[in-house]
Order: sequence, then structure tokens, then C-alpha cells
Amino acid sequence: MSAAEEVVAEGHQAVEAVPKRAMTLGTGTSLVVLAALVIAPVFVKNFVIFQMTMLLIYGLAVLALNILTGGSGQFSLGQSAFYAVGAYTSAVLMEHANINYALTIPISAVVCFGFGYLFGKPALRLSGVYLALATFALATAMPQLLKLNFLEHWTGGVQGLVVTKPDAPFGLPMSQDMWLYYFTLVVTIAIYIFAVNLLRSRSGRAFMAIRDNEIAASSMGVNVALYKTLAFGVSAAITGIAGSLGAIAVQFVAPDSYTITLAISLFLGMVVGGVGWLPGSFVGAAFIIFVPNMAESISKGLSGAVFGVLLFLVIYLVPHGARQVAILGQQLAGKLRKN
Amino acid sequence: MELFTNQVLAGIATGAIYACMALAVVMIYQAIDHLNFAQGEMAMFSTFISWQLMQWGIPYWAAFVITLAFSFIGGIAIERILFKPLAKAPILTNVAGFIALFAIINSSAGLIWDFTIKQYPTPFGSAPFLGSQLISTHQAGMIGVTVLLLFGLYFFFQYTRIGLAMRAAASVPESARLVGINTSWMIALGWGMASAIGSIAGMLIAPVVFLEPNMMGGVLIYGFAAAVLGGLTSPFGAVVGGFLVGIFENLAGTYIPGVGNELKLPIALALIISVLVVKPAGLFGRHIVKRV
Repeated sequence: MSAAEEVVAEGHQAVEAVPKRAMTLGTGTSLVVLAALVIAPVFVKNFVIFQMTMLLIYGLAVLALNILTGGSGQFSLGQSAFYAVGAYTSAVLMEHANINYALTIPISAVVCFGFGYLFGKPALRLSGVYLALATFALATAMPQLLKLNFLEHWTGGVQGLVVTKPDAPFGLPMSQDMWLYYFTLVVTIAIYIFAVNLLRSRSGRAFMAIRDNEIAASSMGVNVALYKTLAFGVSAAITGIAGSLGAIAVQFVAPDSYTITLAISLFLGMVVGGVGWLPGSFVGAAFIIFVPNMAESISKGLSGAVFGVLLFLVIYLVPHGARQVAILGQQLAGKLRKN
Repeated sequence: MELFTNQVLAGIATGAIYACMALAVVMIYQAIDHLNFAQGEMAMFSTFISWQLMQWGIPYWAAFVITLAFSFIGGIAIERILFKPLAKAPILTNVAGFIALFAIINSSAGLIWDFTIKQYPTPFGSAPFLGSQLISTHQAGMIGVTVLLLFGLYFFFQYTRIGLAMRAAASVPESARLVGINTSWMIALGWGMASAIGSIAGMLIAPVVFLEPNMMGGVLIYGFAAAVLGGLTSPFGAVVGGFLVGIFENLAGTYIPGVGNELKLPIALALIISVLVVKPAGLFGRHIVKRV
């Protein structure tokens, strides 16, 4: 067997070894989760609906990071910058140009894609810690750039912009919160399906080949530069969409809402959910939304310490995040079926 | 021209702080191959310990030595208790662990010593150094200590058995284990040393930035930047990087119009990234050749 054939054979085995659903949930589980997400708002208060909306939004942002880090192996601490660009694009278009909120979302996706793609270009030469620093720089610079004087006419400077919350269309009998929740849910499902298919596609396999071994990938004919920047672009676009939805849901954008803390939260969300496991993004989002509140309610003065301890507990018990839980669950179900 | 020299001098003075921190960052990076995000908080906590000791009437240098010992043992303890169990976990999980440690230390320090700003004494005095208004004896002392520390570390790593063992454990753990080096304890030792160096940095910085639980936030960012600029594999690079970042930051603040305090950091970082794009392993870093 020649060397080339060996590589092909090995590659083939690698594909076989990873089950097709490794990155997603089974059909049955997906349907149950979906049904729960659709029905739940009818039974809960508006504030809880708002929190569920934020859960989906942060879930999208974590998903975007997951595509970048879990998919193509590039680490980013700059997701808050893409989020901010998305949020501001929507806010400025809605408030200054009176564009319908739903239309601003594809626009901010395009803007963020361009931004991420361009940022990915110089970042091509960096990897690991160096890339982390570069993206970190982006995240620290963004709030300052938004405060710049000559942008103040559009961005509102330090004060930020107030965004009007949309009413339910066609006279549907639901509250603004509930309408926004369903709107976000539809966008989330669309992006989730897109992401799953992206990672299963030729491009997705190219991402993963680069993640596993850049040199091997390039010698197999993968255009490393193109796919690395593309991963940045796609990730930025999805984060931007999350940012737009976030701006509409919170009804407010200000530079200091998009600091490095947001980027770190998103990163923690990814780790807790399981790197490279897309459904985990939403578990991670739940962690970063609810656990700090929980820590606060346990002890006000020591909330940071409580949060840290809880985080430690999670990473001790499941170093691979929610993905590990899911795999254990699957194995358990498999065993039960055999018996 | 005088403005320029003055700004460079002031940059060197602040650079000394970053150099100190960068040295601690590089130390731990050498030992464990990760950037420790909680490094600054560990240094802050040590500094608070020394402050507390001085509040109890212990003289400066005695407090200094006790704090050093405390930090060394504390660093080892953190590694043994918290991070050894994570040794086999993915890198990103370890990074999450650092963030958790950051939150725990920051919040505990806030609870024990509260968030009010405290004065911290300097052993060098704060008179103008050699008649210059921009650089005080404290800052000159700080530069001196940093340089001394650098030489000390150089000799430790180059000429002692244990230094050699630590280098071996960091660069090729498998082979090091085969020749009988206890690699797991070398990592713990690295944590201890990094924590001790961090505490020196903290005690030197505290008179300048004042003592409070969030004092290290900004400093650590610059320290990371300096370490990365100099090359994470080189302690010498870290110190040079520290001074360069200090100078960059000051000159950018002076000469680029419209750059206030707010934009200093992004500009310094942007400059560092442009350097990295040209030299991806940092100025003095060894380029690691990967075997396919």
C-alpha cells in the first residue's frame, strides 16, 4: 500500500470512527427540546421569557465561538467585539435609518462577516497564545473605539443608544417579550441547522482537518488560509446576529456592555458546554446566565468566589463539559437497551 | 527632544512594572505551557499579606521575606490541590480553571480587606532619582530589582541542577521522566517560583498603583503583552518586552493626537500585534519547529 493510499485509508477510518451525530443531538432528543422551547413561554412570566431569549442569544454567540475554536481550532477572546459590532449595526440602523428590526439582522451578519474575515487575515500568522492576545486586543479596543468623538453622532458615545422593542406583527395577541422570544427562537433554529450542516459539509471537514493538523490539511489540498479566515468570518457573522438580537432584547446598546468580560463569559460557556459540541453551546449559555445570579444569591460579598468554586466543580466533574454528560447518557441508554 | 527623552524615561519607569509581571508570566509559561490568568490576582493577594503583616508591626524586609515564603508555598499548594487533577484535562478547561481561580482570589481579597484603596510603603523612598522629576528612587529601585531578578533566574536555570531539571521537564517531559526527573514536582516548583516572583512584582508595584483588589487588572494585561512581545520562551525577552511596552504606551499617549488614557492600551496592543505578525514567536522567542 502506498503512502498516499495509507493516508486515505486512515482518513476514511477517522470518519467512520466518529459517529455522524457526534456533534449534534439525536432526532428524538432534538424534537423534545424543541417542543419544550416552543411551549414553555405560554406558562411563564414575562421576565422568564426575557431570560430564555437571552439564553438563546448567548447560546448563539457561544455556538459561533464553538465553530471557530471547536471547528477550526482557532482560539478567540475577541467575540465581544463582533457582538458589539452586530449590536451597534442593528441599533444604528433602527434608530437613525428607521429600518425594520428584522431587516437589520442580515445586514449586521454581512457587516460582521466582513469584519471577521478581514480580522482573520492578519491573524492568520498567529496561533495559540499569540492569537489569544490579538483577539484580546480587539476586545479591549472595541469599547474605546465606540466611544470615539467623531462616531458619537451615530453611536451616542458613552451614553449609548436606546432601541425600541418591536411589537408583535399582524396583531398577534402576545406580549413584546413573547414575540421577541419566538422571533429569536426561529433565528436560532435556522442558524443551528446552518451550523450543523456547515460542519458536516466539505468546508466543515476542512475546518476540522486544519484543527487536527494544519500541515497535513494543507498537503491534502485544503486551502488553509482561506478556510481559517472563513471560519473567522462565519463565527463573526453568527456572533453579530446574536449581538443584534441582544440589542433588540435589552433595548439598549452602550460601549461598556461589550467589554472583555463578555468575551470571557462566552469562552466559559463554550468550555462548560463542551468544545466542539454544538448543542452544548446552549447548556454553556445557561451556565453563564444563571450561575452568576445563583452565586449572588448564595453570598453577596463572596459571589465571585462562589462562582469560581462552582466553575471548578464543573470542570473537575466533567472536564469535557456537557458533551461528556451527553456521551455518558448515550452509553447508559445503549446498555439499558441491550439488557 | 527633551519631551521625547522624558517620555522615554517615564516609559522605562512604568515598563519596570510590566517587566516584573512579564517575568512571572514567562516563568509559569515555561513550567506549565499555559498563560495563567490568575497570576495578577495571586500577586495582589501576596501583596495584601505583606501589607497585613506590616499593619501588625512587622518591619518591611521581614514582611517581604515572609510574604515571599508564603507565596512560594501558596503557589505550590494551588498547583497540587487545584491544577494537578486537571493535568489530563483539555487546555481550554485549564484556562477556565485559571478564570475560576481569578474570581475566587479577587472576591476573597475584597471580602477580607475590602475594596478601599490603601497606601503601600516603599523601601527605596520616593525622592527624585538623580535630579530627574520623572523617575523616582522607587522606580529606579524597581528597575534594579527587576534586573537583579533576571540575572538570578538566568543563573538558576543555566547553572544549577534543579534549574536544568526544570528546563528539561518543561521542554521534553517524556525524556526527562526517563532520566529520573520528577516532572510533576517540577511543575509545582514552577508554580511556586512564579508565585514568588509575582509577589515581588506586586510589592514593587503597590506603592505606584496603590493597594486594592483590582490593582493588577491593567498591569497583568500589559505584563502578558510584554511577555508575548518578548517571546514567551525567553525571560530576557520578557524584561525587554516590559520596558518596550512601557515606552510604546507613553510615546503613543504623547505623540498620537486624540489618544487619551483610554486609547493607550489598544494602541500599545495594536503595535505589539503588528510586531507579532512580522515575528510570530516574539522578539526573542525561539521558533518551535513542529514535527509532522
